[in-house]
Amino acid sequence: MTFVAEPVARLIEEFNKLPGIGPKSAQRLAYHLLRSSDEEAKALAEAILAVKEKIGLCSVCFNITDCDPCLICQDTERDHSKVCVVERPSDIIPLERTGKYSGVYHVLHGSISPAQGVGPEDLKVKELLSRLQGSSVTEVIMATNPNLEGEATARYLRRMILPLGIRVTQLARGLPFGADLEYADDMTLSQAFESRQEF
Amino acid sequence: MGTTRTYQTQSIIIKQTKLGEIDKIVTLYSPEFGKLKAVAKGACRPGSKLGGNVEPLTCSLVMLARGRNLDIITQSQIIDAFSALKSDLWRMACGLYILELIDSFTVENSENRPLFDLLRATLYRLCQADNSETVLRYFELHLLHYLGYRPQLRRCVSCDSPLKPVVNFFSPSEGGILCPHCDRHSEPFAPCHSEGEKRPKNLAQDRVREAISLKPSFPLSVNAFKILRLWQSCDYATAKRVKVKPELSLELEQVLQRYIRYLLQREVKSVAWLKELRKESLVDKDFERN
Repeated sequence: MTFVAEPVARLIEEFNKLPGIGPKSAQRLAYHLLRSSDEEAKALAEAILAVKEKIGLCSVCFNITDCDPCLICQDTERDHSKVCVVERPSDIIPLERTGKYSGVYHVLHGSISPAQGVGPEDLKVKELLSRLQGSSVTEVIMATNPNLEGEATARYLRRMILPLGIRVTQLARGLPFGADLEYADDMTLSQAFESRQEF
Repeated sequence: MGTTRTYQTQSIIIKQTKLGEIDKIVTLYSPEFGKLKAVAKGACRPGSKLGGNVEPLTCSLVMLARGRNLDIITQSQIIDAFSALKSDLWRMACGLYILELIDSFTVENSENRPLFDLLRATLYRLCQADNSETVLRYFELHLLHYLGYRPQLRRCVSCDSPLKPVVNFFSPSEGGILCPHCDRHSEPFAPCHSEGEKRPKNLAQDRVREAISLKPSFPLSVNAFKILRLWQSCDYATAKRVKVKPELSLELEQVLQRYIRYLLQREVKSVAWLKELRKESLVDKDFERN
């Protein structure tokens, strides 16, 4: 990097640390910023700083937020007797997009993965249980990923929540829209049969 | 593997990791090729035709196409989804422990058909109402046998004399049992200090020994010794008829796990999850130790 000015070299180096950005892409981004206006560059810098300074975790649901409690937890219009448990903050976006759910959430920040050494103590499980104890919550909806780790997490939480006398439900398993029945696996098909509904 | 572009094999999925946004790297265990790694393209998409077929704890028939680095899974069909395993927290944890052992002990492209048969049979056994502890211990003993680490339980590993039904000593580093006489005279640890350096106090040394689990030997009760010997040589139908008391079951577990830990030189990560489930009493009632 001796052929480039030090600040540019530093910028390239920083971009290079980002996931999926190789040395060439880092150079391209750095030169793009050099060519762009001062306002654009400042807006980017401020956005990065704001993310690090203002963003934290909601003390109730552990979603990523810029105010505590987050907007969803603050919303009195929402049904606070239903809690939907998700693995990651990004899982809330598609659930909200459906417009079908008006309850609140709880983000676990991962799933139980014995082979990776991730246990319940590494997730926001204790926080969920203390949130539920003595609360007015009547239903906990498991929206963990439909894979082995997600299933293990949901089953573990179910066993821990049931003694509290709260109803535990799980998002339906079955055929995805736009899929081909011929290629559906046995597990999905049998679950689709089990949760079939009046049509 | 021949020279054709594609090949087909039956396999048990032992692990998967994400590759990019929507692909997965799947680790398979097959009877013909042993452990294999292959790419399942688009497996993270909800509508993927591979999705559920390449989840761990599934036995599938897969067709693979040779790739430049990793082979690519082009088609798959489930042979057995082991649904009973996946619908129970404890049995699922046992299944994942078995998969981790297979993954840790095997290397890629090394055929071991008896090991595949043992793995498949063990997953079937876990699906049935058998005592899960017996299933796990039987699996561990026979896994060690097929990998060449079969513990010597008939003769003393030091003096080669036949072992008597008394309290003997299991030595992970020797790969078997020491008779009481040889255990008394067994070599102490290799000193962890250089020549001329002050020898650490015994207490501190003991702690170091315990911490790195290199204690050369530990006592093995007569009952544990007899059961290990029986299970090592009998078929599963005979093994499962043995009634094991909880304390003895715990001892058998500790003996084999110490040996496994010594061989791998690290902890088996899934053991912590099994312990956690036991602590929370989340062991399936059908499978509680006697």
